[in-house]
Amino acid sequence: MAFFFQELVNGITTGALYALVALGFTMVYGVLQLLNFAHGDLYMVGAYIGFFVIQWFGGPSHLTIAVPLLLVIMFVLAGGLVGGLGVAIERFAYRPLRNAPRIAPLITAIGVSFFLENSALLLFGAQPRIYNTPEFISFSGGIQIGSVSIDAVQILVLVLGLVLMAGLQLLVNRTKLGKQMRAVAADREAAEMLGINVNFTIAATFFIGSALAGIAGVMGGLLFNQVTATIGFIAGLKAFTAAVVGGIGSIPGAMLGGLLLGVAESFITGYISSTYTNLFVFALLIAVMLVRPTGLLGRAQLQKV
Amino acid sequence: MSLDAQPPPAGPQVGADEWVARQAHRREYLPSWLGTAQRWFERIGWWPRLAIAGLAGVALPLIGLGGFQLQVGIDALVIALLAVGLNIVVGWAGLLDLGYVAFFGAGAYGFALLSSSQLGIHLPTYLSVPIVIIGAAILGLLVGWPSRRLIGDYLAIVTLFFGEAFVEFTNNVAPSVLGGPNGIVGIDPISIFGYQITTNTGYYYLLVILVVLTMAVLRLLDNSRTGRAWRAVRDDPLAAASMTIPVNRVKLMAFMFGAMVAALAGTIFAAQQISVFPTDFDTPILILIYAGLILGGAGSIAGAATGALVLMVIYDGLLRSPTDSGFLFYGLILLTLVVRLRPWRRLAVVLAATVALGFATHAIAGAISARAVAGGPASAGWLGAALRDWVIVPANAQGAGDWGYVLLICLLVALVQVSRRWRTILLPPTICLASFVWETKLVTEPAITRQLMIGAILIVMMNARPQGLLGTRRVETPI
Repeated sequence: MAFFFQELVNGITTGALYALVALGFTMVYGVLQLLNFAHGDLYMVGAYIGFFVIQWFGGPSHLTIAVPLLLVIMFVLAGGLVGGLGVAIERFAYRPLRNAPRIAPLITAIGVSFFLENSALLLFGAQPRIYNTPEFISFSGGIQIGSVSIDAVQILVLVLGLVLMAGLQLLVNRTKLGKQMRAVAADREAAEMLGINVNFTIAATFFIGSALAGIAGVMGGLLFNQVTATIGFIAGLKAFTAAVVGGIGSIPGAMLGGLLLGVAESFITGYISSTYTNLFVFALLIAVMLVRPTGLLGRAQLQKV
Repeated sequence: MSLDAQPPPAGPQVGADEWVARQAHRREYLPSWLGTAQRWFERIGWWPRLAIAGLAGVALPLIGLGGFQLQVGIDALVIALLAVGLNIVVGWAGLLDLGYVAFFGAGAYGFALLSSSQLGIHLPTYLSVPIVIIGAAILGLLVGWPSRRLIGDYLAIVTLFFGEAFVEFTNNVAPSVLGGPNGIVGIDPISIFGYQITTNTGYYYLLVILVVLTMAVLRLLDNSRTGRAWRAVRDDPLAAASMTIPVNRVKLMAFMFGAMVAALAGTIFAAQQISVFPTDFDTPILILIYAGLILGGAGSIAGAATGALVLMVIYDGLLRSPTDSGFLFYGLILLTLVVRLRPWRRLAVVLAATVALGFATHAIAGAISARAVAGGPASAGWLGAALRDWVIVPANAQGAGDWGYVLLICLLVALVQVSRRWRTILLPPTICLASFVWETKLVTEPAITRQLMIGAILIVMMNARPQGLLGTRRVETPI
């Protein structure tokens, strides 16, 4: 039973990570109906930024500043820079295509993803960059419940993930910006007619979504201890699955989908075999798409004529 | 300019002002003698043009294409065949099939299993290839059937994951049959009429014949009832349905035809390579096929084939040698400037400023530190000699190249956003910086540069010329 709970905890931790990436994905889909294939690569950029912040402050074993401060700098920088990158991508690649046929922005998004991945390969090389998290966040710093141990990084990821998700819920449901976002998602033209600055709202959505992916990237770096240029693709696929399972376009759905995916993955790795994890994830996604294309919490879209 | 262009409608069009229509038609053509050549080219007709292209393809090995170039030609033809097949699904039926490469892989693996010692089956070609193609059609049906209700995005998701699942499947499942990451080796060659094709030249000719045949069949299909139904469904499914077109069946047919062409390409690929590996059918290949299709113009058979061929010759052939890729890079910049900058005075100013700025920065950098200009351009010959005093290449270039690359991306993004006047001012420094980054960074990493080119093609083409280089703009109503 201890093994079960241990796997559950691990699953929820990675699930929180997936949920964060899926959130940005689903938000962008909500306002633009665009599958942003480049979203996973923003996660990768965030992870690289985290790595370079650690290097900047003396490397994992000779840190020149306190660890909490380092973490704050990592998350803020990754969130800010990746958010800015997301806005730039939207402005440069997606905005000119807003009224183009649906297929055009999708193909552009694939191009952006490929471009980001190979830019990272060009700038940072193919060798993995090692975070060396245990050097500065001790694994023994966690808590022990019975035989289940939750280490410090997992607590950090869980707490920060939950805080960010709660904050996002507040933002979307309680603030003026959130109201604008919901309005644009419901009907862009009508929102524009009512005086909502649609361009600003979409840019803000991109910023928030991309920032979440960047922060998740740092978390992923801390948790999995390394970053390569190609992690973005698989992270994007996982976020995709999480968003679709929960119901694409639905924010609570993305959270639920991410957590479910993380737990399911963890159990499969633990009880069956890690060889089949990805295959299972893909099969799960295809099954959900075929049985219930709107996901768990999504609503069926009416076809408008 | 489209190889599929319909003749312009005679007389006034309904709903369009005649003058506007005529102006629009005039703008389809290039100015001056180029336009004359273009009109002449269009007058030849589609079938003779296909015949000329086919004959040219056959003639190439006879005039000295060989060795490495032949391999580039084979790869290019395989991708062209795939792009022509993808055009059915994406260009005609308007379905975003991101698992297309899995059908290619299924064809290759199917052929490999049926004609190698892996399972001990050695079927003759005239049995194995049809079996594989029919199998791929059934697979296409199986993937397409459940997603038949799914509109655009959902289909893209399902097919993307189908493609990924295929790679995972061949990598991990049943290693004794599929070989896992080691793939399947020792595949029989293709034999036609008792003649075994074992040389690259043989496969080149086979591919030329197959590409021409496929294009001919698809041309007939394009003008058929089914072809028109595809385009109707693409442009407006609802209107098509109310015109009694069976939308789902028509979409499924497009899916199946695409899968069949992909599987055909897969069998030739497997036989020519003698081996198949899961990585041969991964996402980068998919994106390569898409880039070829988009470059040439989705929706046109000739566009898809030409785009894929041009792309692959650049990708596989030119970007391998520093001198060739140097010609390509500087030539493309010059060509873009000549085509895009009007009037010619603006072009002259930009060119002069670029040359002057390059020499000036080179002189200043050289005066500050000799190490800053210690390296030379990677190109040999007269191009390298011409660039020697113009482009800055420091002795230890890697770090500077990184920052230059980031700055270049920022400048390029800015260049698109700013007004025309600022664009003229920003262009010379951008070109100088681009050549700096090219010489210090991109030319040293040809494998990555090729991939960057693919990504850039997709982004730029979709934004600047969604109809592709050879396609005609089609009027579409956004949904």
